Amino acid sequence: MASLPSLPRRYHKASVWALYVIGLVPAAWYFYLGLTGGLGFNPVKEFEHQLGIWALRFIIATLAITSLRDLAGINWIRYRRALGLIAFYYVLMHFSVYLTLDLRFDFGAVGGDITKRPYITIGFACLLMLIPLAVTSNNWSIRKLAQGWNRLHRLIYIIAAGGALHYVLAVKSVTLVPFIHIGLIALLLAYRAVRRPFMNWKRANNKPAKPVASQRARQNG
Amino acid sequence: MPAYRPPHIAASEITPRDIYISRRNFMGAAAGAGLAFAGADSAFAAPLSAKPSAFKLDETLTPKEAVTTYNNFYEFGVNKEDPAANSGDFKPTPWSVKVDGMVGKPKEFGLEELMKMSLEDRTYRMRCVEGWSMVIPWIGFPLSALLDQVEPLGSAKYVAFETVVRPEEMPGQKGFFQPLPWPYIEGLRLDEARHPLAILAVGLYGETLPNPNGAPIRLVVPWKYGFKSIKSIVKISLVEKQPETTWKNANAREYGFYSNVNPAVDHPRWSQATEQRIGEGGFFGANRRPTLPFNGYADQVASLYDGLDLKANY
Repeated sequence: MASLPSLPRRYHKASVWALYVIGLVPAAWYFYLGLTGGLGFNPVKEFEHQLGIWALRFIIATLAITSLRDLAGINWIRYRRALGLIAFYYVLMHFSVYLTLDLRFDFGAVGGDITKRPYITIGFACLLMLIPLAVTSNNWSIRKLAQGWNRLHRLIYIIAAGGALHYVLAVKSVTLVPFIHIGLIALLLAYRAVRRPFMNWKRANNKPAKPVASQRARQNG
Repeated sequence: MPAYRPPHIAASEITPRDIYISRRNFMGAAAGAGLAFAGADSAFAAPLSAKPSAFKLDETLTPKEAVTTYNNFYEFGVNKEDPAANSGDFKPTPWSVKVDGMVGKPKEFGLEELMKMSLEDRTYRMRCVEGWSMVIPWIGFPLSALLDQVEPLGSAKYVAFETVVRPEEMPGQKGFFQPLPWPYIEGLRLDEARHPLAILAVGLYGETLPNPNGAPIRLVVPWKYGFKSIKSIVKISLVEKQPETTWKNANAREYGFYSNVNPAVDHPRWSQATEQRIGEGGFFGANRRPTLPFNGYADQVASLYDGLDLKANY
């Protein structure tokens, strides 16, 4: 199985903080471009779209963590919380730009959009569902909620599917870029559906061949 | 049907050419100064003059750089900047437009002949179905002038249009992921096509049409959503039945045959009540303006649709 050079433990915490900084670079970059006239002739829409696309990218990255560990043996679980929270920040910024720069606090129009336009209804529902996940993304909540935390955080599957649908419904025609994003989300969600039988099969197949390695894996896991 | 009366405009109200040219130069320089790429100036764009017409607007023109770099022309790619970036290999000359179907005198018009038609300056609003708009100084001639030459038969009820297919010059027409079937096709009712506002444009901003805007010849129907104004036309056919149109074929629930600009009929996925005027307001000052029925041309065209349910015939 593939293995990457592992990061010394003493850098783990710093690498997570670095991820938060790097993760917010695209937003800062597009904001800078917007301020300096670099986003073309419809800068608000462009900024709004970029924030939405980056939100999807971080949701994809969040979902990819488990699959990477199962299928490629790369354990980046320590970055999953940061990726999920960055995704939430992008969704929040995406909505804020729509509310402020685009519709200029026209709450009537926002309300109309949310109730009448399915893609905005779905997008807004995803934002609401992300809030409990963001609020409970800390060690204290994990301890407090115990098994409930796992159940609650399965919401991310619905949010990812909803985000993909929101994107499909928002574009005039599904071209290459939307297709790639939606395809990745579909693959990652499909993997979740087959994950349990797949992992059982993998364990069953590994056992007779390498009993020692398998036992060690289970102890560590 | 009431006859169309062009608005009367006093000669004194028409801006002399040297004044608007100097303003144009000033605006061009001002806009160009802040732009990283002004690659929209087609290698083929050449100065083109036309006579003034009564069709002008008391609204700020959309800067030329915006008009030529913010486009939907899927033959060159689906992003707004794609037509400007990917149309460098497109050759708008030589060119000809074949006019056939139910006509007494079918004819293939060479571009030189079309450029010799009586060209007029026509400044129109352009409203995209996506919710943005521009004000563009076109140069063109009434579509009716071309139709008159081929003598449509009494049985002809509609006009069908077709865009060129050149995968070697139009990168959006090749590869795995093609957003639409080609050729791009559009259509009008014959009375719509004959309306004085409907023109075939061969230029904008005092020059021949740049490639991203549909060189060398395109339709401009200012009271309809922009996708009706088909670009780079090679064929015009007079037909009896309502012709198929590209976006209606792609999604009939969202894009109708008529596609008249109508703030009261929403697109199924977004409101059509307001629009963003491109190039105005910038990042913090962007401000949507109300969309007008028939894009502000209701006085001239509403009578075409007397007795037609505009909600059902979107």
